[in-house]
Amino acid sequence: MNASPVYLDAATAAPTHPVARQALLAALDDGWADPGKLYGQARRARQLLDAAREATAQTLGVRADELSFTSSGTTAAHGAVLGGLAGRRRVGPTLVHSAIEHSAVLHAAERHVAAGGVADPVPVDRLGRLDLSAWSDAVRAPGVALAALISASHEVGTVQPVAEAAAACAGAGVPLYVDAAQSVGRVPLPAGWSVLTASAHKWGGPSGVGLLAVRKGTRWESPWPADDREGGRTPGSVNLPAVVAAAASLRAAAADAAAEETRLAPLVDRIRARVAAEVPDVEVVGDPVLRLPHLVTFSCLYVDGEALLHALDRRGFAVSSGSSCTSSTLRPSHVLEAMGVLSHGNVRVSLHRETTEADVERFLAELPGIVAGLRAEAGVVGL
Amino acid sequence: MPDEVLDCRGQRCPLPVIAAARRMPEVPVGTVVRVLADDPAAAVDIPAWCRMRGQEFVAAITGPDGPAYDIRRAH
Repeated sequence: MNASPVYLDAATAAPTHPVARQALLAALDDGWADPGKLYGQARRARQLLDAAREATAQTLGVRADELSFTSSGTTAAHGAVLGGLAGRRRVGPTLVHSAIEHSAVLHAAERHVAAGGVADPVPVDRLGRLDLSAWSDAVRAPGVALAALISASHEVGTVQPVAEAAAACAGAGVPLYVDAAQSVGRVPLPAGWSVLTASAHKWGGPSGVGLLAVRKGTRWESPWPADDREGGRTPGSVNLPAVVAAAASLRAAAADAAAEETRLAPLVDRIRARVAAEVPDVEVVGDPVLRLPHLVTFSCLYVDGEALLHALDRRGFAVSSGSSCTSSTLRPSHVLEAMGVLSHGNVRVSLHRETTEADVERFLAELPGIVAGLRAEAGVVGL
Repeated sequence: MPDEVLDCRGQRCPLPVIAAARRMPEVPVGTVVRVLADDPAAAVDIPAWCRMRGQEFVAAITGPDGPAYDIRRAH
């Protein structure tokens, strides 16, 4: 039964970019010293760290001193939310956020609420796009310290109206935090944000490297115990070889991003069209046009999501799911819930630089039979 | 008040939706069936099923038997 593996879960972690591998190996030999010390090995490490920061800042379009490397994308998101709230606590206690933020942002919001703060989630429509009028009302309310909006949904791919949301924030004097984990290294970044985060393993860098950019003039205060490294924004010594690899692979991914978008977006269009046409009773979700180039999500009626992932895995396909039976909490994805779309039998397919047209064709050829087989086993054919 | 009750408590997704899908074609048009389902996914998936099948989702309620969902057979 072993079929050749087809990895289609880049939105969780993209396969390591060859440039990341090379840079990591070189930096393991050359970048092990503490860049804060005053000797030759440290100066070499400092040079590597400075160069990585400079290159990454350039890709993001920020100043080098606005950018910190964190120990993960999750840590960056936690710091962005809690630091943005701390920096403006005199203004008020409220965090406005979309209902479809990443769980890292929502968990930081829960912490804020547990400490006496307020969180105000803003709904999305059936396609997973922010309700801009509700957003504008929410950020204009008194006592809003920070607003958080994901650049594009990590679960369904819908690109958010960040520029419009940022304009509403600017009008209300509220800083905007954008979680750009699915966008950095793939698509141009939106404008108008004050704080931005990303995660290296989404673009083919190593896991365990996050980016936290805080624009000059933003009232942001570190929520962590004091530490002077990384501009005082995140504690602990950086994993320098991983940071060097993250920076090198981001530069490579960004250089190829436009070509990859041109190559992958039509493959996602093909998946959207063929799954809808060839799998009965399926709901392809997310915005068909205003979407990420590499990500598509659909739900198969009457199919158990966990059984579907296992059946796909047996045929060599690695995908992700927002169905409750695949989550540790046994709750359906809050994103699918906020959109009001079917949550069971859910599959997220996300493509990357190694994905070929043949991979997609094999997935499309096998999926209808796999779904039909599961429905036959469950006795739900014709319902 | 519903015309009948379908007890799907303790069933995990997608079983409550499947139970509703089996029962609805058997009842007369206009009948309201109340689905008792404590799986959190039912709150999302029962309204979504109604939308996909053109049936009327009447309401979600929380009563003495826990979360429940009323569906009216529309056609």
